[in-house]
Formats: sequence, C-alpha cells, structure tokens
Amino acid sequence: MKEISIHARAGQGAITVAALLGTAVFLEGRYALAFPHFGAARMGAPMNSFVRINERPIRIRSQIYEPDYILVVDSTLMRGFNVFQGMKKGGAAYINQPELKAAPVQEGIKVYSIPGDELSSKIFGKPMGNTVLLGAFSAGSGEVALESLEKAVEEKFPEKIARLNKEAFREGHNYFTEKYAL
Amino acid sequence: MKHFLEGSIAVAEAVKLCRPGVISAYPITPQTHIVEKLADFVANGELNTEFLNVESEHSAASVVLGSLAAGVRSYTASSSQGLLLMSEVLYNIAGLRLPLVITCANRAISAPLSIWNDQQDSEALRDAGLIQLYVESIQEAVDYHLYAFRLAEDPRVLLPVMVCMDGFVLTHAYEAVDIPQQENVDAFLPEFKLQEKLDTKEPISMGVVADARFYMETRYAIQETMREAQIIMKEMKHEFEKVFEREIYVFFEPYCLEDAEKVIISRGSVAGTVKDVVDEMRKEGKKVGALKLISYRPFPAEKLYEALKGVPEVAVLDRAISLGGFGPMYTEFKALFQGKEKSPKVSGFIGGLGQRDITKDNIREIYEKLEGNEVSCHFLNLNQEYLMQARRYT
Repeated sequence: MKEISIHARAGQGAITVAALLGTAVFLEGRYALAFPHFGAARMGAPMNSFVRINERPIRIRSQIYEPDYILVVDSTLMRGFNVFQGMKKGGAAYINQPELKAAPVQEGIKVYSIPGDELSSKIFGKPMGNTVLLGAFSAGSGEVALESLEKAVEEKFPEKIARLNKEAFREGHNYFTEKYAL
Repeated sequence: MKHFLEGSIAVAEAVKLCRPGVISAYPITPQTHIVEKLADFVANGELNTEFLNVESEHSAASVVLGSLAAGVRSYTASSSQGLLLMSEVLYNIAGLRLPLVITCANRAISAPLSIWNDQQDSEALRDAGLIQLYVESIQEAVDYHLYAFRLAEDPRVLLPVMVCMDGFVLTHAYEAVDIPQQENVDAFLPEFKLQEKLDTKEPISMGVVADARFYMETRYAIQETMREAQIIMKEMKHEFEKVFEREIYVFFEPYCLEDAEKVIISRGSVAGTVKDVVDEMRKEGKKVGALKLISYRPFPAEKLYEALKGVPEVAVLDRAISLGGFGPMYTEFKALFQGKEKSPKVSGFIGGLGQRDITKDNIREIYEKLEGNEVSCHFLNLNQEYLMQARRYT
C-alpha cells in the first residue's frame, strides 16, 4: 500500500487533488481511498487530505502518519510546520515552489520543487498549482498514469474545466520529466 | 456499475434509486452533501420528489412525519445537534409506526463545539423505537439504505430505520462503490402502501391520547416488532443478495472468530482498521478476532451470545459514552453474558470521541490490555496535559 498526504490551505483544491488521484487509480482497476482531514472549515486555513493506493481493497480508516509521498500545494505552510514529519525512507515530496529552499529534510527523502503557481497562472489566469503538482507526481512516482488522471478529470468536471486541468497535468508532467528525469 | 464516489454522493444516489415522494432538508455538517446532491437531482429533473427546505430540524422531521402519515415514502438526514432537535418528533414517528428512512451522519455533540465524528448523536436516540444500522464502508452505506426502505415499510415492521454512517470518515471519503441499476432496486423495493393513512376522503385520527389503559401495549408492540424484525431482516438479507448479487451481513460481521481468544467488538468505520490489525496479529501467531455490530436496534442478543460464548476475552470499543455510566455498547454486552453458563471477561474502552484518531497501535493496545485486569471504562489516547486543564473547569 502507498500512502500520500496532501498539504494545502482550504480552497486550494487538496480534496480535489485527492479525489482526482483516487479516481485515476480506480480507473486503472486498482483500489484507492481518498479522504480529507478538516481543520476549522474556513478558506485559507491549513488542511490536509490523504490518499491510500493499494492492489487490494482498503479497510484501514485512520489518518496517515508515515506517508510515502507528500504533495505541498502551498509552500508557506512549511514556515511553522514540518510537512516531512513521519515520511517513509525512500519517499518523495512534491512542493509547489519555484526553486528548492533549504528545509530540514530527513535522509532518504527526495524533494522536488515544481513551480506550480507560475505554470498554472499561464493556464487558468490565476495560481492554482494543485493539478500541476499532480501531473509532476504522476511523472515522478509512476504510481498513476497521466492518461488516467486525464480520464479522471474528464469524468469529474465539465468540458472546459477538464481541458484546462488536463493542460495543467501535462505542464507538471513535462516540467518534472525535463528537470528531474534521469 | 462501480464508481469512485464521495460517501454522501453515493448515499444520495441510493436514496434517489428508492424514489422517495418527499424529502425534507435542513443543513448541518457533515450531513449536508447528501441532501444537497438530492436537491441537485430534483433540480435537474432526475428525481421527481417534493423537496422541502425547512427552517429547522424539528420542522424537517415534522414534514416527513406528515408525509408518511399520508402514505408517501419519505427521507431526511441529520447529525448531532440537528438530530437532537429532531428527537422529539422521531419518538413520535416511531410511536405512530411510520416507516421513515433517515441517515445519521454521525457527529459529536456540543459543548464544546465539535463538527467531527463520533457516535454520541445516534446513541442519544437508542431508545426512540428506531431500527439502527451502522455501516463500515461507503458500499455498506449504499446497501443498507436500499435495505432500510424495504425493512421500514414492510407491513410487519412499520418502524423508522436510521442508517448511521461516520461523519467525515465515510461521508466525505471517496472510494469505489457499486451503485445498483434502477430495475434491480425496483425489483427489490415494492411500492409503499400504508394501510391506515391520512386521507381527506376517509378521515382518521393518529397519535391520539392513550391513557394508562392503553399506552403500555403500544410500547410492548414495538418491543415485539423489534424481536420479530430479526426474522424479517434475515429473510430480506437473502432477497437482497439474490437481487443485487452480493453478500451482506445484517446483524453483525464476525471476523476470524472461530478460534479467537481475544475479540474486539466495534461499530462503524473503525471496524476496518480493527480487521487490518487482526490480520497482522494473526500473522504473528496471536489468536485474535473481531466482531462488527451492524444492528444495534434491534439488539440481536441471542445471535451475539452464540457467536461470542466461546471467547475468553472480549473488548467493547465504544465511540460514545453514557456520562456517569459506561460505554453504551459495553453495558449491552456485559448484560448479554450475565448469568449465562459461558461468560467471557468483558472490558470496556472509549475511543474516537470528537474524531480523535484511532490508529492500528491503539487497537493493538486494546488487545494487549485484555491480558490484564478487566476494565469497564478505559479511555484511549488521552492527553494528560489537556486533561489537567479540562478538570479545572469542573
């Protein structure tokens, strides 16, 4: 089982990312459980969502404390909070920021910076880095195919929104491939 | 067909398939997504129903009381404070023998304010004459809603059924779920016909005064129906399985019980975590098992006794508490074995209040604690520092 923790502020699409990732995994014929952890339900407040991916049905319902991957949609959350806490060795962090800033990262964790706000602004006209980050995650982790993410967004959203987000996935995917691929 | 859906949306799909004639709605977290989606269905013309936005939960319950009394299939949903505000009417709905189906998106009760999950709210309605079914997964939430309409409306039952699903943990989680075909639901769920109903052409009175000569028999009748309902529930289980081609449990789900020496009894979504721990500990050679209670009312006492009588150590994990007493489920299970020939040691644990997370380690802690003395009301995961502060106010 692979566990993913998504850090964002309420309104930045952490639940959407979790639901899209879960749907994409589901469309590949595998099992997923996506669920939010709400703080106080107001825009801008820090919040989490979680995704579990497995080859068998998932029964565990507790939160995720030792993620294989983290996605940080808003890097300002890293100011007073250790997003890397509990991460498994060999895990990877995908962070929405233009370039890597010094952060107290444990050994054995890979950290990728993805300029999600910049790339998404060109597509949406405003910074909505969540789906760019998910595209990069698809390229970097191999846990889900880009095509499955595209199918998932087509299933969940109206045509125009789906088209823009498919573009965002591809931008993130391409950025990762160009910058980090071995 | 399988979809990847949020729990609330899946429940709304299930309710839509049951074609209620009246839905009343008043928003409260974490129930809101269910009735919002049903409102969408009505607005899109996908569901032909009288959808009533009302000014309080008391009115929401009163509306469905009225529509059911007029012989129309009806549905509503609530949580926490909302359910408490409904409770006066829900007792009446049960007393009037009206087959409401209501979803409880389980949430803690104020004060202090908590929008998060535990099972105190439905527990507060334990004695109201509602049938209560608790679900572990989103698939079970869908299945038991279909089942609930048929059970409630059976002329031999005619009692409200509350389907209890953990708020957020299930209502706001996404997972794969099979939404059945309309024709299968139509085949399973016959048209609702109430024999005695409010009709201007043939007026009757309902809920009239019953003085000391009559009242007790009405209570006895509900008590008897709860007993008989267990036979009907078993019969309906088979019909459900025939139509929808999947197996369901209706009273409880045993897990690795046969040779188990230690068993945890739980209810709702936490049962999944318990099963994972059972698998892990079995691999380590430990004889542990689990039992997930589904039907809390009626409480299937005889069946539970048969399932558990050979187990030496039982832990009951309550996610609610009768303050000043014990965990409510613990009391039931303790009573179950009282005076019986074979009686396990029964310990009571309280956890997950206000959605304090219950982890795999917590579950292991319970199994390990069973080796020691019997405990009646052991709280899991308390923070000692906060505890000192909380006590200052008492």
